[in-house]
Amino acid sequence: MTSNVLVFIEQRRGKVHPASYQLLNLATQVAAQTGAQAEACIVGEGVASLADAVAAQGAKKVYIVDDPVLALYRAIPYTKALVAALDAAAAKILLVPTTFMGRDLASRVAARKRAALAIDCTEVRQDGADLIAVKPMYAGKFSGTFRLTGDRLQVVTVRSNAYSAAAPQTGARADVQSVALSLTDRDQRLKINEVTATGSGVKDVTEADIVVSGGRSLKSAENFKILYDLAAALDGAVGASRAACDAGYQPHTRQVGLTGKVVTPKLYIACGIDGAIQHLAGMRGSKVIVAINTKKEAPIFKVATYGCIADLFTLVPLLTEEFKKLKEH
Amino acid sequence: MRILTIVKQVPDSNATIKVLAEGKGIDFAGLKLVADPFDEFGIELAVQLREKRSDVSEIVALTLGGEKAGETLRIALAMGADVGVHICDPKLETKDELFNAAVIAEAMKKDAKGFDLILCGKHNIDLDAGAVGPAVAEFLDLPHVGAVTGLDVSADGKHFTARRRIEGAEEVVECDLPALLTIEKGLVEPRYPSLPNLMKAKKKPVTLLTAGDLPGVAEYAETTKFVSISAPPPKPECKFIEGEPPQMAKELVRLLRDEAKVL
Ligand SMILES: Cc1cc2nc3c(=O)[nH]c(=O)nc-3n(C[C@H](O)[C@H](O)[C@H](O)COP(=O)(O)OP(=O)(O)OC[C@H]3O[C@@H](n4cnc5c(N)ncnc54)[C@H](O)[C@@H]3O)c2cc1C
Ligand SMILES: Nc1ncnc2c1ncn2[C@@H]1O[C@H](COP(=O)(O)O)[C@@H](O)[C@H]1O
Repeated sequence: MTSNVLVFIEQRRGKVHPASYQLLNLATQVAAQTGAQAEACIVGEGVASLADAVAAQGAKKVYIVDDPVLALYRAIPYTKALVAALDAAAAKILLVPTTFMGRDLASRVAARKRAALAIDCTEVRQDGADLIAVKPMYAGKFSGTFRLTGDRLQVVTVRSNAYSAAAPQTGARADVQSVALSLTDRDQRLKINEVTATGSGVKDVTEADIVVSGGRSLKSAENFKILYDLAAALDGAVGASRAACDAGYQPHTRQVGLTGKVVTPKLYIACGIDGAIQHLAGMRGSKVIVAINTKKEAPIFKVATYGCIADLFTLVPLLTEEFKKLKEH
Repeated sequence: MRILTIVKQVPDSNATIKVLAEGKGIDFAGLKLVADPFDEFGIELAVQLREKRSDVSEIVALTLGGEKAGETLRIALAMGADVGVHICDPKLETKDELFNAAVIAEAMKKDAKGFDLILCGKHNIDLDAGAVGPAVAEFLDLPHVGAVTGLDVSADGKHFTARRRIEGAEEVVECDLPALLTIEKGLVEPRYPSLPNLMKAKKKPVTLLTAGDLPGVAEYAETTKFVSISAPPPKPECKFIEGEPPQMAKELVRLLRDEAKVL
């Protein structure tokens, strides 16, 4: 077994998840310690054209598993595809973005390969043959350190924005190898009948670099418009507290928190959100947090980088105007 | 149709968690433990399926954990599960998701009648991995559907369609049973177990399993070892921005651009 580091490049409909490129940068650093190389695997339909972009982000070799049956993510076909690429790559470490797809796929692949596994890590480093992984525990209140034994494949999913991507090297070339996939009928027991985008045209909270969230204090679905305007000015996504979702102001797909989604954007703007421990569980990993709240004692200020004690209905539209001005310059 | 719901005992999300000296683990003394909220969705779903259909023969609740985890099984039984399986052995208590999944899969293999529908939480709130469900499915060669928000089992109990939530989209998938589903919030609202039902639950049978009952486990090893736990480095104090709203807005934008450099 060589010690190459393989990165799973997550793509949907040809659009690469940005965390994939962050992991290529991490893979390059980890591989360099042992004189190995960073490699990538792209699984999907019609994905061969992505190889150049992936090479520009540091992959020295790109394994492509391209098949019409891989057009949409399904756990078993994708597991087989990624395992085939792992075998071809003789990789020792597999890095996968922590996303819905990433958690799902990494778990199955690790089980199939009897690998060591750590999910949702914020830090990964080698210690001899072992891998040390640090990950949030107890809803982000603590971080745990784990040791993945070095006698087998090590599979790690890594949080978005835990590492940054390298500047793309346009013109960098990678060795491209296509990997064959053979599936049985049993592998395709699950069929996808329908895909509907939620909140058409607006970004999902887990995909955006900037998230603007609102709480119960927004008082109605209509009032969320001021948050959508702010998010639009920042090219961000709109999130909500559970109280806001339970009240029907926003769909549950936008809920951030313990029983909603965990987000780690560069900037999180909490508008009229109290900061209950279960909400913090979903956003405390954000790089910069802005809190807007009328109440100085609101616990959200304990995790905030910047605090504004103000009425959100006054401040949010003003902020939107300021951001728009900034964009025009 | 036989249904298995997999449940895990976790610290209550409102509880204050204390770390032991040198970060060796967390202090369980006096810590309030509950069934994982995602697992409660699974139990509720199983019970509602039985209320709606005539072909649900048995609901089994299974947990892997120390003696106290038996309390979580009682909750599942009080909510409506018929029998419990408690895998309880210090040798099998790890924080290795994959190993735990292997132990749970081995316990399921021991069950001669087999399960048609296996339900577990989307992820648990202590390790927050979401690995156990897919890994159990893989070990048992079953299909699985993650983050299910809607479920419709066919009249003959052989197929289902499920709605699942992925980033930015929802999918409707179709699959044969047996299969494993991991349950997302929103599908059902868990009931509170009533006092009489909690009393009745004490009489429902619970099978205890130890490592000796699961020889297949010997094939697996704990390959991801917990080293330590620590509080994250303290966050710098919040910087409050002063002034009237128009100045506040200007100053915040300036700080985000020049100081935090996130724009
Ligand atoms: C098991 C469990 C799981 C949970 N999961 C989640 C979860 O995933 N996500 C989640 O968010 N919650 C979750 N909760 C709920 C959580 O405990 C809180 O109830 C919820 O987050 C409160 O939402 P909120 O901050 O919008 O509302 P509130 O607590 O009502 O807070 C409103 C805030 O807005 C401020 N405010 C009011 N008017 C204005 C104004 N005009 N301008 C500015 N500020 C204003 C107030 O000062 C207050 O701080 C969970 C709870 C449990 C028990
Ligand atoms: N020790 C355990 N006992 C029973 N069920 C578990 C255990 N660990 C995980 N699970 C199940 O797997 C789900 C996901 O857990 P995890 O993969 O650890 O995030 C949980 O919600 C439970 O349904």
